[in-house]
Amino acid sequence: MSVRTAELLMALLMGAFSIYLMSKSTELEIGWIEDEGPGGGAWPFWLSTIMLISCIGIIVNWVRKHGPIANSQKTYIESHVLLDVGAVTIALIVTVALFSYIGVYGALPLFLIFYLRFMGKHSWKFTVGLAVLIPVIIFFFFEITLKIILPKGISEPLFLPLYKMFF
Amino acid sequence: MTEILGLLANGFLVVFEPQNLMLIIVGCGLGLFIGAMPGLGSVNGVAILLPLTFLVPPTGAIIFLAAIYYGAMYGGAISSIMLGIPGASTAVATTFDGRPLAKNGLADKALTAAAVASFVGGSISVVLFTFFAPPLAHVALVFGAPEEFALMMLAFATFVGLGNDDIFKTIFSICIGLVLSAVGFDIISGEPRLVLWDITGFLHGVNFLVLAIGIYGIGEMIWTVEEHTLGGGKSMLSEANVTVKRTMANLRELVSTWKTMLMGSFLGYFVGILPAAGATPGSLMSYGIAKQMSKEPEKFGHGSVEGVVAPEAANNAASTGSMLPMLTLGIPGSPTTAILLGGMVIWGLEPGPRLFVDHSKFVWGLIASLYAANLFSLIINIAFIPAFIKILKTPFTILAPIIFILCLIGGYAPTQDMHDVWLMLAFGVVGYLMRKLDYPLAPAVLAIVLGPLAEPALRQSLIISDGSFSIFFTRTYAGPIMIIALILLFLPLLKMGYDKLRNKKAA
Repeated sequence: MSVRTAELLMALLMGAFSIYLMSKSTELEIGWIEDEGPGGGAWPFWLSTIMLISCIGIIVNWVRKHGPIANSQKTYIESHVLLDVGAVTIALIVTVALFSYIGVYGALPLFLIFYLRFMGKHSWKFTVGLAVLIPVIIFFFFEITLKIILPKGISEPLFLPLYKMFF
Repeated sequence: MTEILGLLANGFLVVFEPQNLMLIIVGCGLGLFIGAMPGLGSVNGVAILLPLTFLVPPTGAIIFLAAIYYGAMYGGAISSIMLGIPGASTAVATTFDGRPLAKNGLADKALTAAAVASFVGGSISVVLFTFFAPPLAHVALVFGAPEEFALMMLAFATFVGLGNDDIFKTIFSICIGLVLSAVGFDIISGEPRLVLWDITGFLHGVNFLVLAIGIYGIGEMIWTVEEHTLGGGKSMLSEANVTVKRTMANLRELVSTWKTMLMGSFLGYFVGILPAAGATPGSLMSYGIAKQMSKEPEKFGHGSVEGVVAPEAANNAASTGSMLPMLTLGIPGSPTTAILLGGMVIWGLEPGPRLFVDHSKFVWGLIASLYAANLFSLIINIAFIPAFIKILKTPFTILAPIIFILCLIGGYAPTQDMHDVWLMLAFGVVGYLMRKLDYPLAPAVLAIVLGPLAEPALRQSLIISDGSFSIFFTRTYAGPIMIIALILLFLPLLKMGYDKLRNKKAA
């Protein structure tokens, strides 16, 4: 896909999103309410309208072939870049999804092993070392010092004795 | 005058509390590190690390973040010189002459010049700041809702008029940030508003940190993964020969560049005050002017020390300059200060001119910490030049997963809701895709911070005037501010018309 095609797709997508936001804003009064001033929907409604107009402007420039992006025939994302960027993005999505199931302390080591070993080609010794060390630091910093309890999923019971020790 | 000095002295008492002093030193060190890493700059550091500051009281938190901001400005030069890759966009101009110097085996000279120029820029601007801020805040005390709204319009208009990005994309970015800030509840009627796709997670609104970490953490890192892949994963690190004797000689040589340093400092400071401009254009302008001023302009681009000094003095001065409107008017001068402002709201401090009256200790503590951060950054920088060069050898594949993890946890920490982590991931990916199409994203971050302040200002103004927009033009302060905003907004159109007219004449 060329940058030029991507430009049009993005503008259409954002235009559609603007229309959705406009319709969503009308759930509240968008006009003037006597003695109260503008209704709660007015501010987002008119802003989304400006968003829509901007998207139309971008599309008009696209048709007129105005500006470097609208003229660029370069590939939007090179295939070998897509491979790396895609792998990282999918790894992030899987990690966040796992937060709710096997918990942060199950998901983070997996993410670290994936990144260090398979993206970075570091030695197993180094990989496993960091995969253990970083979650431990995170536990002590966030849970013990800041008292921010991170999602545990099914690993919750394993942490009960630890909490007893520190709180 | 004496009153200001007294307040400043009180500020120093806050700074010299052991905890705050520690925070400044750690912040400067971290900032230097973040700034030195290619691709990461002050805005990334402040966005990613803000959730960690919930540990300390607000004064300590902002002092820590301001120290990171400062350190990163120093650090940006390190990778510009050693790798030829700007450590942050603010250090782009430093590569022009810093890189050639390093290639000629004079990396230590360039690094020392950058550090000293940063110090001079920082010092001059922080003194200007100290004496400009209180009177400005005093004037702003009489500001009401119409003036506040006019100021915000001015901030957005500068992005459109001076931002140099596509106008439609800039306006889109501003509006989407403002709309996202409206998600949750209507502040006046209390009704749920814009609960997108009826997902209940949107009921507590879109936290500005979710957008900021999404764009400046996740999005920026994905962007860096791409650059890393395109670059084949290799970088060219220059050798630096650092000895005490050479450093002393370098310092003596720098005295002759004092004019360039002064010019860069003043220019950077005043450019930094403008909301859209900030440190990057400030340093580029300073480079350009230094070249015109120089006795040896032909050396620029081939390793001129003045070419390193000018942008470095300017970008540090600009970072202080951008704090002026943030503290006095509640309008951030750069994306980094926008995030600092958002942090202040989280800590329960109302931004705006009242801050100087109601939270004097906080404000003056911050100002005094700028003096201290400036000095510590210089010392840490010069003392640890060899260490920072070593850090640049850290493979990207070790740093990247650690930063990604900090982002994920940082996105969860403020609200402790998984919904926000997903949202942050989505912002990161969409932000990356939009950035590839030259959508400017800084205006969106600024807008999501200002949105909750702009909407009530507008609605209250309209209630006062019974629905007439003339209120923004008839008041002493609001009128001129709004007119300047409108001129800036239509500046690109005027320029386009002028260019067309000229082309016609030429034809």
